[in-house]
Amino acid sequence: MNMIDVSNLSKKFDGFTAVDNISFSVGEGEIFAFLGPNGAGKSTTIRMLTTLLKPNSGRISVNGFNPLTQQDDTRRSFGIVFQDQSIDEELTAYENLEFHGVLYGVDKQTRTRRIKNLMQMVDLWDRRDDYVKYYSGGMKRRLEIARGLIHHPRILFLDEPTLGLDPQTRNNIWEHIRELNLNNRMTIFFTTHYMTEAQEVANRVAIIDHGKIIILGSVEQIMDSTSTGSLEEAFLQLTGRSIREENASSMDRMRLRRRVRR
Amino acid sequence: MIQTIYVMWLRQLKRYWRSKPRLIGSIGQPLLFLIAFGFGFSPVFERAGGVDYMEFLVPGIVAMTILFTSMFTGIEVVWDRKFGFLKETLVAPISRTDIMVGRTLGGATISVIQGLVVLLLTLFIGFRPVSWYAVLPAIFFMFLVSVFLTGFGTAIASRIDDMQAFPMIMNLLIMPMFFLSGALFPIDGLPSVIKFAVLLNPLTYGVDGLRATLTGTLSFSLTLDLAVLMGLSVLVNLVGAWFFSKIEI
Repeated sequence: MNMIDVSNLSKKFDGFTAVDNISFSVGEGEIFAFLGPNGAGKSTTIRMLTTLLKPNSGRISVNGFNPLTQQDDTRRSFGIVFQDQSIDEELTAYENLEFHGVLYGVDKQTRTRRIKNLMQMVDLWDRRDDYVKYYSGGMKRRLEIARGLIHHPRILFLDEPTLGLDPQTRNNIWEHIRELNLNNRMTIFFTTHYMTEAQEVANRVAIIDHGKIIILGSVEQIMDSTSTGSLEEAFLQLTGRSIREENASSMDRMRLRRRVRR
Repeated sequence: MIQTIYVMWLRQLKRYWRSKPRLIGSIGQPLLFLIAFGFGFSPVFERAGGVDYMEFLVPGIVAMTILFTSMFTGIEVVWDRKFGFLKETLVAPISRTDIMVGRTLGGATISVIQGLVVLLLTLFIGFRPVSWYAVLPAIFFMFLVSVFLTGFGTAIASRIDDMQAFPMIMNLLIMPMFFLSGALFPIDGLPSVIKFAVLLNPLTYGVDGLRATLTGTLSFSLTLDLAVLMGLSVLVNLVGAWFFSKIEI
């Protein structure tokens, strides 16, 4: 069974098309990457998959549920780490996780056990009673990953999970995520604009640009079909430009501005 | 469901308790009004008809404390949106009504605490409730007013994503509500246009209920006061829940 099924999905903002008629599926236990420059429509897609945004057209199924009509079933199916922070800094790390557990209806005993396990997994157990405002960026991100797992979701959404983190923390976080994927067959859907990240971690990659999926397949398949040696070269060949932000076209910058304003 | 509401409530109380400046800051303004108006107008009222203005004013000042605290609680929604925490509650498998009610009860509890602190402080300048037992129904009225106003502020906040705009919009609503509520002066004998505005103002019924329970003077009837406040509390919470279900981020 596919954990995520998307067909002909589109989203427009004031006449501007952020996601343009995309279709893809993600199988159970798969690590799937959405790779593309900033403003390509990656976050918009995640927001539609996770009930935060309504699409203009197309069909979505997440763990067999429709995010438009079966919101709570959909919401129970996934954990999410947002691109920008979403923890309460005025609470302690433990309180944040406790809050999440209660919202997802995890009973007290299970909650206490899981919070401890997860905080140990991300090496934050010793700092559990610290206010989150005293955490570093990497610690916050690790805490958010732990939080997203308390209710044992079938799918974990990660929106640019390693953005702004140093290489060591980045490796550390991916190690945790790979473990989860191997041990629990958890489906991982992540977005990134780091080529190497997609290349090293994902089973399959969809390259998205200007709201359209331009190619989808395993890293090998993508490199084969473009006769290139890396995703970086493949992207360059498919779009005629590099993925880096400084080379973004004016169109990309406009997309980015629109997204920032939201 | 109860658990969701409880944990939302608890979060707000923790945040409130940990922010001492907020606690102190929101008591300063009502005290200033109490002292300036109370001591300023007392002699005038006394000469005019032997009314104890301080006694008249105290329930109004308590209502004012609640008005400001409750309406501004809504800003937490704007903050949560800005700092991302709103998403955490929006992707959770919980009803939007629970989110709304949890937030309202959290803010309302804080308002009641603030109102009680101000009421306590008025004892030092000589205010005495009509009887000590009257404080209980007064707290009930404080709670009702708080639930309505917090729900009102929160519902508005759920539609606003501009941090700067929120306080301005709130002041635009709060000021007329405060001045036209009978908090500062009696409403009998007002020109009919103003009286009409006063009667349309929901806070009027809160001030009346508080004054009735604390000092024993009543302009309308407790049944009317209760009916207006309860009806509006339910209404703003339903509207707020609907607004929350419409939020897209």
